[in-house]
Amino acid sequence: MSARGIIVIGTSLGGLSALEILLSTLSDHLSLPIAIVQHRPALSDETLSLVLQLHSARPVGEPDDKEAIVPNRVYIAPPDYHLLVDRGHFALSIEPRVCHARPSIDVLFDSAAHAYGKRVIGVALTGASKDGAAGLATIKQKGGLAIVQSPDTAESAMLPSSALAATKVDKVLPIPEIAQYLSLLSEDRRFM
Amino acid sequence: MTKKDTDPPPPESTPGPVGPVSTKVTGRDDLEHIEMDLLFDGAFRRYGVDFRNYSYASLRRRVQNMVRAERVTSISRLQDLVLHDPAAMQRLLMHVSVNVTSMFRDPTFYASFRENVVPLLRSYPFIRIWHAGCATGEEVYSMAILLYEQDLYERCRIYATDMNEVVLKKAKDGIFPLDLMQEYEKNYAQAKGQGKFSEYYSAKYDHAIFRQSLKKNLIFSHHNLVTDGSFNEFNVIICRNVMIYFNSTLQTRVHRLFFESLHRFGVLAIGRKETLRTTVHEHDYEPLDSRERIYRRKT
Repeated sequence: MSARGIIVIGTSLGGLSALEILLSTLSDHLSLPIAIVQHRPALSDETLSLVLQLHSARPVGEPDDKEAIVPNRVYIAPPDYHLLVDRGHFALSIEPRVCHARPSIDVLFDSAAHAYGKRVIGVALTGASKDGAAGLATIKQKGGLAIVQSPDTAESAMLPSSALAATKVDKVLPIPEIAQYLSLLSEDRRFM
Repeated sequence: MTKKDTDPPPPESTPGPVGPVSTKVTGRDDLEHIEMDLLFDGAFRRYGVDFRNYSYASLRRRVQNMVRAERVTSISRLQDLVLHDPAAMQRLLMHVSVNVTSMFRDPTFYASFRENVVPLLRSYPFIRIWHAGCATGEEVYSMAILLYEQDLYERCRIYATDMNEVVLKKAKDGIFPLDLMQEYEKNYAQAKGQGKFSEYYSAKYDHAIFRQSLKKNLIFSHHNLVTDGSFNEFNVIICRNVMIYFNSTLQTRVHRLFFESLHRFGVLAIGRKETLRTTVHEHDYEPLDSRERIYRRKT
């Protein structure tokens, strides 16, 4: 069964605990695939995926190039590659860093917007970076939805604040309510 | 402020003298897709340069970079430029090719190559290695250093190829910015290099120049994985993070080419996040190190 849409999440500093809470509170019937860019050093290993798997009922992994996008799965961008969303599959790239980052949130968000248009939910969480703000604006431009973590609940407010400055978002919420809202949104007709 | 618009958008409709003109807004016939297809179709027909089977998601980013750089307002206007001006085609080629590389990139790959592949190579009196898509050559010089430290270099001929003549020349020259070499030294150490990294090059002004002793068995030549055929049989083919820019159709072509160009028991090394799974010759290889994506042809 192919994905009817995608949730794309971007985070940097403070992301690990934010993601742990988010992934563990998502409702079971949310089946949309989730792709995450967490800024990470080039030489890091799979510890991030292993740790997140402990907090997620869904399988968590780092996709290979051209891997199919499958519902009910969580995909983490591998270190030192950009993770792009194409129609039905992921694509990896080693193009130059964007906002000093590879993987870059802007690259993930921008590619998802171009591949899935209205059927994208972009989520900007804590981070000490502006990476993701422009990408979230593109998601909105292409008719998708934008959710931002409320800056005062974020370990680092820069990413959420830059996102809020870049585009009109649909919701500004603390993490547990983001999880609830995602679960609600996934029932939206546009994802059927 | 939830968006309530839940239905897929109807095609946009513009009234016109011969009736309404309807355009699709998503899917393969969206405007950007059409413009991308036409640009590369045109480039192929006019110049014989074939980017028609590159991975769409990343290719469109590089094309949009060029749209901004050329200060045109659309991909169609870029097509106009490119079709009428060969110099613009050259610039398109430079924008499309990705040449990000570094020495001893993925140090664990080199450590694994030393441990798993080098022992197999020792039994051959003469070793041919093909480094496909070598860009500016950093990974070729890395392999040269590794083989030199393992006393295999003299028996090796390393064929390094790329479709981009500009980066190929840089690779052949073997001159790199000195400040990058410090970063590379860290990778070299992580790859468990067995010598002294700074002895492999001489420093002049701001540049590092690789020693002739490291260059003498390197053969740099132009080769395009999209259009060119097999030119030899090899013991090792290294093609890391090149095929990620190709779509599956082109990946199939390249895998066939590599299979034809490998001796039986020859080694194929691909990028850390590339896979043979679902590719045409998947079952003709066995892993030597599946984590580092190093395989051996078994059939």
